[in-house]
Amino acid sequence: MSTHDLIVPAAAAAARPWRERLGTMVPILVLAPSIAASFIYVFVFTFWTLYISLSNSSLLPTYGFVGLDNYASLWANRRWNIAYTNLFLFSGFYIVGSMAVGLLLAIAIDQRVRGEAVWRTIFLYPLAVSFIVTGTVWSWLYNPVDGIQAFVRGLGWTDFSFALTANRNTAIYAVIITGIWQSSGFAMALFLAGLRSVDPDLVKAAQIDGASVFRTYRRVILPTIAPIFLAVAVIQIQFAIKTFDLVAALTRGGPGVSTTFPAIYVYDLMFQRGQIGEGAAAAMMMLAAVAVVLVPYSLWIVWRRRAEGRNG
Amino acid sequence: MSALMIRNLHKSYGSLEILAGINLEAKTGEFVALVGPSGCGKSTLLAMIAGLETVTSGEIWIGDRLVNSVRPKDRDIAMVFQSYALYPTMTVRQNITFGMESRGVPKAAQAEAVQRVAALLQIEQLLKRKPGQLSGGQRQRVAMGRALVRDPKLFLFDEPLSNLDAKLRVDMRTEIKKLHHRVGKTTVYVTHDQVEAMTLASRIAVMNQGSVQQFDTPKRIYDRPTNMFVAGFMGSPAMNFIPARLTGSTSISVRAADGSDASLALAAPMSAGAPKDVVLGIRPEHIYRFTTDLKSRKPAVASMQAPVELVEPTGAETLAVLRLGDLEITGRFEPDDAPVMGETITLGIDMSRACLFDPTTKALL
Repeated sequence: MSTHDLIVPAAAAAARPWRERLGTMVPILVLAPSIAASFIYVFVFTFWTLYISLSNSSLLPTYGFVGLDNYASLWANRRWNIAYTNLFLFSGFYIVGSMAVGLLLAIAIDQRVRGEAVWRTIFLYPLAVSFIVTGTVWSWLYNPVDGIQAFVRGLGWTDFSFALTANRNTAIYAVIITGIWQSSGFAMALFLAGLRSVDPDLVKAAQIDGASVFRTYRRVILPTIAPIFLAVAVIQIQFAIKTFDLVAALTRGGPGVSTTFPAIYVYDLMFQRGQIGEGAAAAMMMLAAVAVVLVPYSLWIVWRRRAEGRNG
Repeated sequence: MSALMIRNLHKSYGSLEILAGINLEAKTGEFVALVGPSGCGKSTLLAMIAGLETVTSGEIWIGDRLVNSVRPKDRDIAMVFQSYALYPTMTVRQNITFGMESRGVPKAAQAEAVQRVAALLQIEQLLKRKPGQLSGGQRQRVAMGRALVRDPKLFLFDEPLSNLDAKLRVDMRTEIKKLHHRVGKTTVYVTHDQVEAMTLASRIAVMNQGSVQQFDTPKRIYDRPTNMFVAGFMGSPAMNFIPARLTGSTSISVRAADGSDASLALAAPMSAGAPKDVVLGIRPEHIYRFTTDLKSRKPAVASMQAPVELVEPTGAETLAVLRLGDLEITGRFEPDDAPVMGETITLGIDMSRACLFDPTTKALL
């Protein structure tokens, strides 16, 4: 390097640091509002909720520390236990069910069917409908008096019985079926995109290797799109845990308390019964349910990125 | 007996004709290269041999079996794809055994076959790895291993080297040739690279626009191309085409740089039916600097003057762009004896190696 490069005119020397400083400031300035918002709404409120869950708050937040009393009374409540069980039951069936249905639909469409775009739109349409509308319409369908049961009986099968929502043991399955109907199209869209991204030569190679269609999917194609399974599952899990409006419209938590969900329970405690402390404790339990799934997932992502970095 | 026989094969998608009556044959143990520019239908032809594309009309025989409607897995073939098509989630070993597994070959036999192939291709240390952890050359080897383990009647290669860098491509080319010598399987090899075709094949089918232009040994294809397409496609730098006029049964004249006509004596007399206007095809390496010594070694050499427009040294040889009338031709010279730019040299053209073409039909005369 020549010494000429180091001698900078005085004016330029003064101007450059200012411009450079502005240059480095711009990203910070642009990002600051969203960083501040997400910090406040996620972390501050999470910790505030955590604190309230340990306080004796009732109708309004108060800050008398009561330890884990709210959690104890929460878990002593039968309705909360049903709600928490429902959450896992629903999440399990809903995620596995919508992924299975979505995958089958995607594979069916991937066979180069005629009018593919039409099928895709039809299957994806439920996602465009809000949970409230879905819940309302399906509550009519499940209604024994004027739903599917009444229709089939009208056709002549007078013994036909289809009244899932009327029975406290089966009502949760009505919610699950409706949930699967709503979101299997979404799973299908993601799976279909994945299937389309698979190198067609792989399928040809498997064909020459003598693998059946089933075997080709099971051993070659589906393992290739494994990351998509994960993405679909993670998105569905947070759908499942937030479940509120679907149940509110479909069964209103009934019959009895059989389809109560944690989100409904939290809403009830906080805004109907004025027990903010216990409501906050229930909300923390929901957070725990999400964390059980998402923390291992994000750790796995980090681990995989490191592993890939090592392999170059 | 021929391992592969193709008779009057047609392929069309609706009104679009991809293959227009292909006739081809590979004897047992032969290495046949299908070469042509992109879109000539060579890959479609290979896919039809593999059974991955349906036959519109015509016949494909593998061994003594008509396989038109036989499924790919029952054709007794193995294929190496351009993208290698290794199963990304399986280890190298699983990639190799997948076919045997699908056919229900016993585990012990599978292990033995993997061992044999891995030793042959020197990929034993890679068996536990996944394709993502392999280099291009290693993937290539694994893809060949997957094909070899089948012990098929027919090997199909679909541009297997085109994803490799130049140096590796040459190495792998040599290796494929060695492998073919050792294994001795009938092979059909698709490539757009005429050098690959020349070096590997025992016979080459040059394809263009859905039909085979010439099917012959590399030497015949290079020395006596059947038409101007084959002549221009095979060889790099390409053959020079010089418009010429027949001035007798044993001489032609071409337009020199200064506008005068230069007369060149033909090595063999033309038949009486030949057209007056012809195209002289001469390869760059058959153009020399004229000396009396050259004339005594190669009696068929004809001489003419040409100015040197440009010189391109490549190390092993020096290419010179020479002006001839209003066209430029390329000559290939020894670096020590190369002309310099601006010089007008006396060319010695080896007429015994020249080809004459009919300018209207483009066919060899």
